[in-house]
Amino acid sequence: MPQDIQGIKDHARLFQDPEYQALLQCKQTFEDRPPLEEVARVAEWTKSWEYREKNFQREALTINPAKACQPLGAIFAAAGFEGTLPFVHGSQGCVAYFRTHLTRHFKEPFSAVSTSMTEDAAVFGGLKNLIEGLENAYTLYKPKMIAVCTTCMAEVIGDDLGAFITTARNEGAIPRDFPVPYAHTPSFVGSHITGYDNMLKAILSTLTEPVGRTGSNGHINVIPGFDTYMGNLREIKRIFGLFGIPLTLLADNSDYLDSPNDGTFRMYPGGTPLEVAAQCLNAEATFSFQRYTTPKTLEFLAEASGRPTLTARPVGIRGTDEFLMQLSRLTGRPIPPELEIERGRAVDAFTDSQAWIHGKRVALYGDPDLAMGLLSLLLELGAEPVHVVVTNSNEEFETEARALLASSPYGQGATVWGGKDLWHLRSLMFTEPVDLLIGNSYGKYLWRDTGTPLVRIGYPIFDRHHLHRYPTYGYVGALNLLNWLVNTLLDEADRRSITPSKTDFSFDLIR
Amino acid sequence: MTTPKSALKEETRKVVAEVLETYPEKARQKRAKHLNVYDEGKTDCGVKSNIKSIPGVMTTRGCAYAGSKGVVWGPVKDMIHLSHGPVGCGYYSWSGRRNYYVGTTGVDTFVTMQFTSDFQERDVVFGGDKKLAKLLVEASELFPLAKGITIQSECPIGLIGDDIEAVAKKATKEIGKAVVPVRCEGFRGVSQSLGHHIANDTVRDWVLPIADKRAKEGSLNFEPGPYDVALIGDYNIGGDAWSSRILLEEMGLRVVTQFSGDGTWNEMLLAPRVKLNLIHCYRSMNYICRHMEEAYGIPWLEFNFFGPTQIAKSLRAIAQRFDETIQAKAEQVIAKYQPQSEAVIAKYRPRLEGKRVMLMVGGLRPRHVIPAFRELGMEVIATGYEFGHGDDYKRTTQYIDDGTLIYDDVSGYEFEEFAKRLKPDLIASGIKEKYVFQKMALPFRQMHSWDYSGPYHGYDGFAVFARDMDLALNSPTWTLVKAPWKS
Repeated sequence: MPQDIQGIKDHARLFQDPEYQALLQCKQTFEDRPPLEEVARVAEWTKSWEYREKNFQREALTINPAKACQPLGAIFAAAGFEGTLPFVHGSQGCVAYFRTHLTRHFKEPFSAVSTSMTEDAAVFGGLKNLIEGLENAYTLYKPKMIAVCTTCMAEVIGDDLGAFITTARNEGAIPRDFPVPYAHTPSFVGSHITGYDNMLKAILSTLTEPVGRTGSNGHINVIPGFDTYMGNLREIKRIFGLFGIPLTLLADNSDYLDSPNDGTFRMYPGGTPLEVAAQCLNAEATFSFQRYTTPKTLEFLAEASGRPTLTARPVGIRGTDEFLMQLSRLTGRPIPPELEIERGRAVDAFTDSQAWIHGKRVALYGDPDLAMGLLSLLLELGAEPVHVVVTNSNEEFETEARALLASSPYGQGATVWGGKDLWHLRSLMFTEPVDLLIGNSYGKYLWRDTGTPLVRIGYPIFDRHHLHRYPTYGYVGALNLLNWLVNTLLDEADRRSITPSKTDFSFDLIR
Repeated sequence: MTTPKSALKEETRKVVAEVLETYPEKARQKRAKHLNVYDEGKTDCGVKSNIKSIPGVMTTRGCAYAGSKGVVWGPVKDMIHLSHGPVGCGYYSWSGRRNYYVGTTGVDTFVTMQFTSDFQERDVVFGGDKKLAKLLVEASELFPLAKGITIQSECPIGLIGDDIEAVAKKATKEIGKAVVPVRCEGFRGVSQSLGHHIANDTVRDWVLPIADKRAKEGSLNFEPGPYDVALIGDYNIGGDAWSSRILLEEMGLRVVTQFSGDGTWNEMLLAPRVKLNLIHCYRSMNYICRHMEEAYGIPWLEFNFFGPTQIAKSLRAIAQRFDETIQAKAEQVIAKYQPQSEAVIAKYRPRLEGKRVMLMVGGLRPRHVIPAFRELGMEVIATGYEFGHGDDYKRTTQYIDDGTLIYDDVSGYEFEEFAKRLKPDLIASGIKEKYVFQKMALPFRQMHSWDYSGPYHGYDGFAVFARDMDLALNSPTWTLVKAPWKS
């Protein structure tokens, strides 16, 4: 069938044409495929309890993990500072991957450079590459700061960043007083959230060093963590504005990763001004919204500033309540009436929709703090978390998550699976099915295999547009999360009742 | 009045010189060799290539692992491809290339899954061979229908001295399946390109010997025919290999092997039995074609399935290698699709006529797609390769016009500056570049992934290509960029 010029078919329809279906059939004769019955038998076996047990006995193989490696988080943190160029010391392919990954999620440019180390650098070390790289990057891209992290190649050969950067300064590759914070970010330790912590700590310790503590400036620091919802950063700023409290975001990549199109490409849109960040030890206190992403940074700030460091997760009603009360207590300012009205609207929406969510069994996966926030939201809605998979887990998180689940009647059926991957989750979802899955785009494979509807929350989201522009924090964010959850369930209710004269009596107009 | 060609050329040369000025001296000297304005009649583009990228300039290049796992091996659908080392490489390349395939994922096919040994510090310190050995058994037990496993090495493997070849040999016996160790550590070579080569070599060393043995035993279960061909170097992005295969089959050939898009282990074993290897991406797969030519006497032929003129030319060249029956059928195929292509051009050419394009892609597209643009009335004013070699730039001269700007391994800075000064209507490159140019209100199409569309190969693909270029260039959203109150 030739292409119809009025409706040109791309892959989604073209290959369903009979000619192509015949072609695919014919191709099979050379593929030596296992017999259909065998494929069906094995497919069924992968859904069984027997397979689940075998799958959970894995000790060496990881399949479909929900975690990335350190430098991704490191360059994400660096992009939150004014005029900052992330600079990755090691093999160049890594940087191509990081930029691709972040760009596919945000649909924004992401600038980062590599020292392009190859075999000779593996033998002799990467000093030459680093010096040359700093000079080129500084000259071409005119940054105000270069934030250096490493790939595993540079870590395995043991390159000494501190000494190398000093040599680069001495050789005149960059000015002596030009800020070059650096962090070792081996990809065989931790995950992207570890890299975020290492880089942020390095940047803050570098920037604050010449300034130090000079007395309170009345600001509150907020560290968003590896938070990929740019709407959240704007929501935090708005909330602080309503309180009238001066805020320092450490760091603010909202303009970088959600930048307006006015016909001009800017390499470094927005970002926390370096001078402002340098004052962070003089803030009244620091909030981290991702406790498990920022342990070293918090420790640094606590020690260097002597001021309180707090953690909060303004997710859902209670999470937001708690944060606002913490902030109010800390600053002595009342909670603004506007926020109380917003709270009322969100609660109104929760009560309107709760019947569709109550008792729904949920599987979710993501970074530890994301999982904590979602659990809190689900419990206050009356949903029942069942499988909680966190590949980049830690013991403290697991204890906190279990305590939260134990505190609610809706959390009694949940298991926290630290260190497990999405192939484990597949087994869990087949043997103990759920009504809803929450996760990133990779969850669509679980949706396809198990038929469980997916709400996309997390990172990366490659196959849906613009979700990162919305807040998930605050009462406004709670409303967004509720919207995504309940309307996914309602879509599913429609999908399940769409067969004429069989299920469509439940294909209700009013829900 | 139009500017004479010679003046335009001079202008472009000036642009190159200006752009180079910003570099520090040493980098300027190095980069100058990678930039040129093409003079008609020359047999080369006049740029150096396949040389180490300069540190700190923002190359678009990837690594050997990307070339092996991401490009060559990854699409072989009924094998498990293990990203051996830390978690990142496998994570970032997971489902990133749209290598379409038919199969039940996780049961008999595995392309869109991520298998990793997720190295921890102890694996780097004590070595990963034991973990690897255990992992191969686990994979084989959980995925009994997998035909084999490839070990795609990440940087640490080669640095810590692991002996993955020994592990592979032992495991092959233990699990009764092919285990192929690939030394594609990311620090090897200067780009993806060496990874392609290394991957090709592992096919030569670890797959074809098995094919030979099976052929000798007579256990290939295959009757050779006079018109058997292999379709090589098509990764079936958006279904490209299928919209190519259909033409080859319509002209009476039997496509025995697709390597590697929608490819299988068995098709690889059959490859040495064909009469002719047809190669689309020369850069990434010429090595295995040359080997099969030397070892089995199988000739190979490069072809171009972008745009009706090149497709017809290629179909005739392919048919020339066979008898008159095939030649006659090739003419029938060309005639059959002619009205379709004419309709495509009639519809889209008036909408695209005169539009100027800057290209920057990987293996074959910086040259192969130029005629397809031309058939739509568009002009490619600049092109270059991420990881091309000298032979690519030689071949490119057959496709480009006098005065075309050539950039090899273009840096982020150069690309942005060239676009600002040459003011193209469309940029066709990769995802890392896309939003840089869209922020400049420049229409853009991804030419690695077809921007999630495709296929672009073959006659059916050309229709999709034309549609997509039109929707990119003529979208009304571009007119919204400037606020009306801004002059």
